[in-house]
Amino acid sequence: MTDSPVIKHRLANGLTVLLKEVHTAPVVSWWVLYRVGSRNEPTGKTGISHWVEHMLFKGTEQFPAGTLDRMIDRIGGVWNAQTFIDYTAYYETLPAEHIDLALRIEADRMVNAQFDPEDVESERTVIISERQGLENSPTFWLSEEVTAAAFRVHGYHHEVIGDMADLLTITRDDLYEHYRRHYVPSNAIAVAVGDFDHEELLQRITALYGSLPGGPAPDLFVRPEPPQTGERRVVVERPGHTAFIEVAYHVPEAAHDDWFALEVLNSILCGPDGFGGGGIDNKTSRLYKALVETELATYVSGSMTPTIDPFLYSVNLTVRDGRHVEEVEAAYNAEIERLRRGEITEAELQRAKKQARALFAYGTERVTMQAFWLAFSECFESYEWFENYLSRLQAITLEDVQRAASVYLRPQNRVVGWFIPTGDAPENFEEDFDGDF
Amino acid sequence: MAISDLTRQSLPGPHNIVRTVLDNGITVLVYENHATQSVVLAGSLATGSIFEPPEKNGLASITAASLMRGSETRTFDAINSALEDIGADLDIDAGVHRTGFFGKALAEDLATIAGILGDVLQQPAFPAAQIERLRGEIITGLKIRQQDTRYRANRAFHEQLYPPNHPYHRSVRGTLDTVPQITIDDIRDFHRRHFGPSGMIVAVVGAVRADEAIDIVRHALERWRNPDQPEAPPLPHVAAPTQTQRRFVPLPGKTQADLVVGTIGPARKDADYYAAMLANSVLGQFGMMGRVGEKVREELGLAYDVGSSINAGHGPGPWSVSAGVNPANVDRALEAIVAELERLVREPVSAEDLENVQSYYIGRLPLQLESNEGIANTLVNIETYGLGLDYLLRYRDTIMRLTREDLLAAAQRYIKPDALVVAVAGPESRPQSAS
Repeated sequence: MTDSPVIKHRLANGLTVLLKEVHTAPVVSWWVLYRVGSRNEPTGKTGISHWVEHMLFKGTEQFPAGTLDRMIDRIGGVWNAQTFIDYTAYYETLPAEHIDLALRIEADRMVNAQFDPEDVESERTVIISERQGLENSPTFWLSEEVTAAAFRVHGYHHEVIGDMADLLTITRDDLYEHYRRHYVPSNAIAVAVGDFDHEELLQRITALYGSLPGGPAPDLFVRPEPPQTGERRVVVERPGHTAFIEVAYHVPEAAHDDWFALEVLNSILCGPDGFGGGGIDNKTSRLYKALVETELATYVSGSMTPTIDPFLYSVNLTVRDGRHVEEVEAAYNAEIERLRRGEITEAELQRAKKQARALFAYGTERVTMQAFWLAFSECFESYEWFENYLSRLQAITLEDVQRAASVYLRPQNRVVGWFIPTGDAPENFEEDFDGDF
Repeated sequence: MAISDLTRQSLPGPHNIVRTVLDNGITVLVYENHATQSVVLAGSLATGSIFEPPEKNGLASITAASLMRGSETRTFDAINSALEDIGADLDIDAGVHRTGFFGKALAEDLATIAGILGDVLQQPAFPAAQIERLRGEIITGLKIRQQDTRYRANRAFHEQLYPPNHPYHRSVRGTLDTVPQITIDDIRDFHRRHFGPSGMIVAVVGAVRADEAIDIVRHALERWRNPDQPEAPPLPHVAAPTQTQRRFVPLPGKTQADLVVGTIGPARKDADYYAAMLANSVLGQFGMMGRVGEKVREELGLAYDVGSSINAGHGPGPWSVSAGVNPANVDRALEAIVAELERLVREPVSAEDLENVQSYYIGRLPLQLESNEGIANTLVNIETYGLGLDYLLRYRDTIMRLTREDLLAAAQRYIKPDALVVAVAGPESRPQSAS
């Protein structure tokens, strides 16, 4: 891999710019990430960050609605956006000679999005439809309840999509206010990775973004979560034929050294997390052996999420047809107790490190994913988090992992969620009617 | 335009793809990409659900999945440890006509994944306990799918569109009725008869030398023989629908309905495939999901999720529009979609529409070919459909010579707006009837 250094620059108006040249393919990825996400949404305004993200695709005076979709497709690029608990981010990945279009799009919509009241109403039904699509999945219901139980005070308690009550009542002015307040250069991180000359590109970025109004970064709405003092349990009952379990533990933020010990622990327990380049199987992980090979469950997965504030380590289990949540949870608990007693080997640790090296390689081959990780890690700590990921992981010792298991996997520190299928959905009744509709 | 800046030298073509055919009929394609640290090993075998009897629906799929459950020389755990210890991955998955495999590893570990692939294909053990465990996992998966509106709408769509004797009528994964009926002898027999080197394609892309990669594949697979491996039977004839038919699958407790509407489209090798592909892009892909996206999502605000696709493979796959909508809006969304289908067969696309989608298909090559996986998939496609190693070099001309009339003729050949198959899965016993 051609490994040029990351160039970090801050414009006078506060915009953070990170540039990394990669000349292996004639493409460039350009990201602008705003440090605002569902974490910063007060009750009554949940889902507003994600809705604002949708509104930024509704056009500006310079680029009316729909023109950009066509322009980007015409040049063979891709563009999209994502709203997460900690951020809202926009990107374009384009053939290298078209990079200027990406720079112009994001400079324009940082300040010129219109929020036409008609567009707001039409998008309200689209977003409600998006939420309804999520609600069709049993694991969405379960995860929403588990997360809400884990966070009583902190903004992590609600889903990025928002609560239906707020999707029905948020107004155009609410959206516009959220946009104007948070979409300012000093609250943004801009990243380019790909086939460009960084000096030339920085000049162009300065020309396009340097004149955007400056000012201090906004105060963000954040309320710290008080410590959890005992196990919490939630049950969701809905139609279906399959039971699911989610167990979530409070864990530190990504900047904390223990985050890396927990990343290794997850690799041992559930198999390694993918880095955006696809994961690998987890058929030799401890939970697979304890739950899938014993025919209690059909699927196990675990994930550590890098975040600004302390968040959750969550484990998801699909209960095998004919088995019960109680017996699956009991077998799960036995595995957790083994970890808490320190039964972890040096071989398991070394294996987790080799896996991390492979997954990191897969996940960083595309410029889009490299740019994403630089922007994302700059948001929750520093872009160096991403650059140093493998070396920090390599430095983890057996004692670190053992201590993390005993500290964080305590029952008092977790939320256990059960999805219980009520089974009253008819299996195979179908209705036919031919002819016109 | 992007492709003009991509020199011909930088596109995969006859000058930098190494292609060789082993004595047993396996075609090996290698493309070196030293910009990465990893390698992809991908390809397919000439077997799939087309060979399975309807009452054993799911047999090809469970056979493919069973391969990784143990071989004569490696246990389940040994196979998975060998892969997972080095952060590698290997999956084998059956389709209708072909059974695909996809592996990836750090470049230094190519021999490990190739060795496992060769081992499990040639001498699988099919251990009984493993097969029963796998069967239970498949059944749990099918039960989850029974509750999935998109899956159920798609099943109902295929079941109406293709007659029961056609392999596209069924899901490759089988059903809750058929999967329990499949025996280990069925699986052994299916493997013995239908898995073999004839027609197998292997592509290797990544930070490896072509000659070394070929040696590794040769070592893993060149001794494989199956002289009795049969040719695939011809697909049964399938007639396009003659009037619109609609089926509703009620799924209580769901908040959104999934809708699929469409008909039978082209096969990959049909002369008008590219014209249909471009017409489809205008219909439901280009920009924000094409004309149906513009109408249903942007103008009417009825759906988050809407778009169209052509699933062209060895046989004539469906050409369909899908949407996830509020149950109360099913009929309005359907009307809007059908109106766009009517327009697509009534008038030629505009010159601008044509130019847009031509530019899109040509311009996206650099991104498609950015990763090892993208290049490997392209190589496998080239070999599967006999497109020629110069396919990418000719691609621009293939797309640019199409006219507005070609797109109209392709749309008219396949789409009859008054003879569509409609399937809806979602809450409530039946959506409100409209027009």
